[in-house]
Amino acid sequence: MADSFELEIATPDRLLVKERVREAQIPAAKGYIGVLPEHSPFLELLGIGELTYDAGGRRASLAVAGGFVEVLPDRVRVLAERAERAEEIDVERARRALERAEERLKNPLEGKVDIARALNAMRRAEARLQASGRG
Amino acid sequence: MPSLIDLRRRIRSVRNTQQITRAMKMVSTARLRRAQDRVLQARPYARSLRELAENAAAAASASERLARHPLLVRRPEERIQLILITSDRGLAGAFNANLIKAAQAFLQEHSGARVEMELIGRKGRDFFRKRGAAITGEHIGLANRARYDDIVPLADKMLRRYAAKEIDAVYLLYNEFKSMLAQRLEVRRVLPIELREAASPVEYITERPPEELLDTLLPQYVKITLHHALLESTAAEHAARMTAMDAATTNAEELIDKLTLHLNRVRQASITREIIEVVSGATGLE
Repeated sequence: MADSFELEIATPDRLLVKERVREAQIPAAKGYIGVLPEHSPFLELLGIGELTYDAGGRRASLAVAGGFVEVLPDRVRVLAERAERAEEIDVERARRALERAEERLKNPLEGKVDIARALNAMRRAEARLQASGRG
Repeated sequence: MPSLIDLRRRIRSVRNTQQITRAMKMVSTARLRRAQDRVLQARPYARSLRELAENAAAAASASERLARHPLLVRRPEERIQLILITSDRGLAGAFNANLIKAAQAFLQEHSGARVEMELIGRKGRDFFRKRGAAITGEHIGLANRARYDDIVPLADKMLRRYAAKEIDAVYLLYNEFKSMLAQRLEVRRVLPIELREAASPVEYITERPPEELLDTLLPQYVKITLHHALLESTAAEHAARMTAMDAATTNAEELIDKLTLHLNRVRQASITREIIEVVSGATGLE
């Protein structure tokens, strides 16, 4: 049995990760899934959150939001609408976004759209902070 | 016969132009490299998404209900949306002229339907605005960055209009990057979506009903199609400009050679004439 699988993480603009990994934690739409090699085929929408994986002892982390996860026995593809590596994340900006979103949730302007949007913004900011290791 | 001063001035002017065309060629070369890099970077996502969509299409064709998904079903094309991607700047050889010609041919061909245009790029905008075509939107400066986020609002607009039955089909007309020397005109139907079905579809475990996946996959596929076209068009534009500027630089070189030869002849002739004058003057004195 293989002890690793290929993990590919891409956004429409660029390819972020393509390497052999032993294990990955992926935020799917209905909660985190842990993936080990030889997983059965699985297809799900991607949620908002922190994606981590183990590449030969090194733990790497990304913030992802929206898209698809396709799991095959020897390969996992994450098609994210947005994705940033931990070291690329602008922590200050994420913090400000989080504050703004919380502010808006406390005093919602009008309509459900606004609340949904603020919630999403908050979850994206939280994912960024978490992935950057300063949540 | 032009005077020496005129010729010198002419040569200087051609040389100045040549310097500009050479600089533009170098700028285009750098931009082309960047544009090609972006095309390569965008490819993994696009390829994976297409595979997922083809897989879903295979699943859809097995079920009558899924095959009736509104984004997959053709209807009589009475109102057509044409998205034309031209460049913002000129001096790119026949890049825009070919596109505009093809767009006019498209209008002619679909003269039975009502065609509305969404124009990306200043060149196409200027042309069709002047001719009073039905225009639903204009996008200038979009191709410069060609970021995915920039194309999303346009794709959403197309999906909304299609869903509201304001339009029955969306076509895309653009130049695809083929090689340094050649672009290929592409006319592609974006909506309704045309998908090959995967030959051996993967059976996934999923708690999600397939129609829900289709509802997310298909609009995403439309966005990626537009994004890809924009990236290709940008690469093709820089390649076309590079080729055009290279040709212009070579032509300027030839012109300078010709003029220099002419200048030398004229100069030689005037020197000869002066000598003759001096000699004949001296002879007259004897």
